[in-house]
Amino acid sequence: MTDVRADMPRPDGGGEGSGDDRVDDVQKMSTAPSQVDDASAVVGIGVVGWLRWAWRTLTSMRTALILLFLLAVASSVGSFFPQRGSNPIRVTDYIANDPKGKLLDRFGIFDVFASPWFAAIYLLLFVSLAGCVLPRSRQHWRAVRSRPPSAPRNLTRLPEHRVIDAPEDTAPQSTLDSAETWLRGARWRVDTTTYDGRTGSVAAEKGYSRETGNLLFHVALLGMLLAIAYGSLYGFKGTVIVREGSSFADSRSQFDSFNPGAAFDPESLPPFSFTLNAFHADYQRGGAQNGAAREFSADVTVVRAPGATPTKQTIQVNDPLVIGGVKAFLVGHGYAPTITIKDATGAVVFHDSVVFLPQDGNFTSTGVVKAPDTVPQIGLQGIFLPTTSIDPVTGPTSTFPAPDFPEVFIGAFVGDLGLDAGRPQSVYKLDTSKMTRIGKEQLAAGQVWELPGGHGTVTLDGYVQWASFSVARDPGKELALLAALVAISGLSLSLLVRRRRIWVRVSTDDMGVTVVEVAGLTRSEHTSVAEEVDELAGSLGTTVSRTTASLDV
Amino acid sequence: MSVNETLATYSNYLVYGAMAAYTVAMIAFAWSLASMRGRDLVPAAAAASASSGGGVAVATKADVTVGGPDDGALAPGRRSGNIGMSTMWFGTVLLFGGVLLRGLSVQRAPWGNMCEFSMTSALGVAVVFLAISLKRDVRWMGIFVVLPVLLALGASMTFLYTDAAQLVPALKSYWLVIHVSAAVICGGAFCIGAALTVLFLVADSGERRAVAGESYRLDWLARRLPESAKLDAMAYRVHAFMFPLWTFAIVAGAIWAENAWGRYWGWDPKETWAFITWVAYAAYLHARATVGWKGRKAAIVALVAFGCFLFNYFGVNMLITGLHSYAGV
Ligand code: HEM
Repeated sequence: MTDVRADMPRPDGGGEGSGDDRVDDVQKMSTAPSQVDDASAVVGIGVVGWLRWAWRTLTSMRTALILLFLLAVASSVGSFFPQRGSNPIRVTDYIANDPKGKLLDRFGIFDVFASPWFAAIYLLLFVSLAGCVLPRSRQHWRAVRSRPPSAPRNLTRLPEHRVIDAPEDTAPQSTLDSAETWLRGARWRVDTTTYDGRTGSVAAEKGYSRETGNLLFHVALLGMLLAIAYGSLYGFKGTVIVREGSSFADSRSQFDSFNPGAAFDPESLPPFSFTLNAFHADYQRGGAQNGAAREFSADVTVVRAPGATPTKQTIQVNDPLVIGGVKAFLVGHGYAPTITIKDATGAVVFHDSVVFLPQDGNFTSTGVVKAPDTVPQIGLQGIFLPTTSIDPVTGPTSTFPAPDFPEVFIGAFVGDLGLDAGRPQSVYKLDTSKMTRIGKEQLAAGQVWELPGGHGTVTLDGYVQWASFSVARDPGKELALLAALVAISGLSLSLLVRRRRIWVRVSTDDMGVTVVEVAGLTRSEHTSVAEEVDELAGSLGTTVSRTTASLDV
Repeated sequence: MSVNETLATYSNYLVYGAMAAYTVAMIAFAWSLASMRGRDLVPAAAAASASSGGGVAVATKADVTVGGPDDGALAPGRRSGNIGMSTMWFGTVLLFGGVLLRGLSVQRAPWGNMCEFSMTSALGVAVVFLAISLKRDVRWMGIFVVLPVLLALGASMTFLYTDAAQLVPALKSYWLVIHVSAAVICGGAFCIGAALTVLFLVADSGERRAVAGESYRLDWLARRLPESAKLDAMAYRVHAFMFPLWTFAIVAGAIWAENAWGRYWGWDPKETWAFITWVAYAAYLHARATVGWKGRKAAIVALVAFGCFLFNYFGVNMLITGLHSYAGV
């Protein structure tokens, strides 16, 4: 630190101890609120006073700082505990296995990002932001249209100061004129006070876009919050599993799960449909990453609207199907063994490909089959293994995700499936409470199992693959992207542009001696105007004295 | 598409070569720092300011004097500093080759797993440092840069090591290239920003204690560093330059997530910690503009923010499962 700066009031109004108000005033180059605790000054004025105090406190930068910290801490909680939105199964497990689970759930620990206290933090932050940014925008608007502040009385106290020896015959006014020309040429905003025989000065300012950028950034943050809110109100997200050879039509009833926004309009779903013709997966063979997925793709035939010509298309992981603002993403896949059940009379009571859900990276998959239209009803519990091996400890497990050696292990039950009770049942679970287990078998494609007790037969005809799709529309995302781009541009302006002021003064003292001074100031301590002051000084004459508090960084 | 094993092997050789060069650079920088002549920690300003109180009429001719290491052409420690810089350049060229060959061996951007990400981040740190060194003399901080570079490379070649391989489908997107290259440059600069911040704290403590006449354990280091105000300003510049780029990296990640998973933001642990890091750096920028927070407190906020960045990098990949947990760590 060098001398001039050491006892200067800080530009942002931290002002300790300078008596020269003019300098203090002149130094304020942003609309950032003064940090001297004006908040505490209003206590004792009754309700209005308290409200004003609360508002000032809320919109102060210190509060923003604390709220930012709280926001960070709160979101970290959401990363340490499983979240319902992304991992509902792990949440259920957690609550089932941990005695504290229920209590944590009461406080929304498993729904952090949708919890009231999380919303409270970011809403407060954004009220604070709005309360701070809107008045500052007004102030800045005025500043941009007003003149640069006139020169402080004592220019020597500014961080950059030069005394210039102008060429002999230069009239004071023409020095001012050339300074003005130079500054205007370098695109400064300039305000000149004509030489009145004793003194005259030029005030100039540049870099308003720093503050503009800063405000733009903060306003863009508000815009982004609105875009996110808009998107989640009017958008939807659903998931659906489609087997090879089957179709999906975009209507609410066809989804396996469907999460509409509060203001979602079902009419707004575009009436498209598609058929999954084939699903391809490719895996790494050998090496440390044996079995890692390398390629997924789903060949589909799309009908964009009822009556439209079907078109063939491929959906891949980073390449969704896009129709009228709705996107269908390929998010998962698995196997669906094709099973036929005949009852004791030889009649086919079940024939379909059944979606089995993968349980591990090698696609050891489980599923159930229910044949209700026979007496007694038949139920199957199965494990599908694309590459079968029998582990001595865990039993049948798959050792590779590709269908190199596919088999199913089936346990058969007879009795009452419990479907008539009117309670909705999961298609992936078998309620065996009123059933008897009659046996188990290992089947490869084409093999037939005679059920014990003459209950009929089970045939594994083969398998098809299935793909799961996430179908979503977020009408706010373009807006959010726009807000993000504005935010980045605003930030870049705000952090890279320097706001600075230069003054030139010509003064003649009682003895008739004329002094030309050039002085400059930047707001932020990490930049300097030294170069520009020197250049301007150089254009006016020879510098005879030079003071600089630049950090030369 | 298969893996070109020959290129992958040469890539490893180049990375080991780079590590050797960086080790030489580290020794040279350490030597240079040790043999530097220290500065006086009581700032001239403290003495001078007492006299400049009452509106001095005639300007004093007080040309900037920056004490410390970068005046004087033949200052002690200069030669070893130069050796450090040259080997640093050499190592960085080797590392660049290593990263390039790694990418060519699998014909994709070389940042598909943590091994590659660490390697590329190390390159990022080195490149950011060398870029700064083109504009100013930063030999004095060489040791503090080459150390994290070596650590990152060491981690990459040992416990994070993964053989060159193809990517899982979710990572096959040009947004990966954009998103991760922005993140890697940010990582490099955050690392340098954090190093400068720690050095600022050391220099600042040194100066305070010197003014107060107390002794300080790290006095030997503080004396060899530039003034604390200068370090603070440098750290701020690095962070201020990086914050918009980090914002961009997050936005690019969101665009990619939208393309791959159908939502641009899902509070996945990786996303959450990128957000926390962002908020923490924003808090640092605010702290600098808030009375009572600037200086040491703001510096600590910057270090906490860097901690969040590191946690996102190591902690989230290894401790928390989410969509971003890559194959083979
Ligand atoms: C909640 C209320 C907020 C208030 C009252 C507020 C106020 C301010 C003010 C006054 C500045 C200018 C500082 C200066 O002139 O040096 C500023 C800068 C900044 N703010 Fe905020 N802000 C708020 C929220 C946020 C949020 C939520 C973020 C992002 C997470 C953010 C990020 C930034 C950044 C990056 C800067 C630039 C700092 C610089 O120029 O050095 N702000 N803010």
